[in-house]
Amino acid sequence: MIHIKRLQEDGADIIALIGEIDASSSIELDLSIAKSVGEGFKKILVDCSALEYISSAGLGVFMSYIEEFKDRNIKMVLFGMSDKVANTFNILGLNELLQIRKDKSQAKQLINEV
Amino acid sequence: MKYSYKYKVGCSIENLKGVRDFIRSSLKNHNIPDLQISEIVLALDEMCSNLMIHAHHCNNEDLFELVIHVDNNNPLVFEIIDDGTVFDINEFSTPAIDNIIHEKRKGGLGIRLVKSIMDKVEYQKTNEHNICRLVKTVRFK
Repeated sequence: MIHIKRLQEDGADIIALIGEIDASSSIELDLSIAKSVGEGFKKILVDCSALEYISSAGLGVFMSYIEEFKDRNIKMVLFGMSDKVANTFNILGLNELLQIRKDKSQAKQLINEV
Repeated sequence: MKYSYKYKVGCSIENLKGVRDFIRSSLKNHNIPDLQISEIVLALDEMCSNLMIHAHHCNNEDLFELVIHVDNNNPLVFEIIDDGTVFDINEFSTPAIDNIIHEKRKGGLGIRLVKSIMDKVEYQKTNEHNICRLVKTVRFK
């Protein structure tokens, strides 16, 4: 249901989400973010351009990292969302709590700001 | 013209994908805007996954039924019918987003979504079944 690819670019870890994230697959998202953190990345970019659907289970995973990332000075920026996926974040106002950019170059620009 | 669509499925959360596909295919030929369909799919996914997890502990032998009623120019009506424990989201106070972040709670967001998207959520208990009825006004194109 969800396929997750990771690749590294300019010191940032890019996590690409392909498919749908729901209650049965949100654990995969959690594990991949935890892995990135475990490997010591301070910059995490989440590529949502092939993310077709996300339910609250997936949103909850992103939310659960907000405080930890603040404490540990880890930056995470999401980018490339379709209108439907972006709408899911907006309904709950999560676009105010998470860093979200339109595309990869804007996301990189934000994550590289001091 | 009135249409009804029915889908009966076991309570394994692996079945959520099938539930979403059923909702999308039921609604796609009724001139409902795509963004509204995607919101409805989301709200019903949240209700069904709650039911599967909390009322049926993901037991795939427990079945529930999702019924979609489409009657042009009237609000859409969705019914989720099962015989488990009723989990009434109206009795659940929606946690503040700040609390969700602070307590690292992963619950509560789904209920917020459902309440934001649907006009009304009501429950009815008969001798045999629980019926959760959700109502949503849509702009038919």
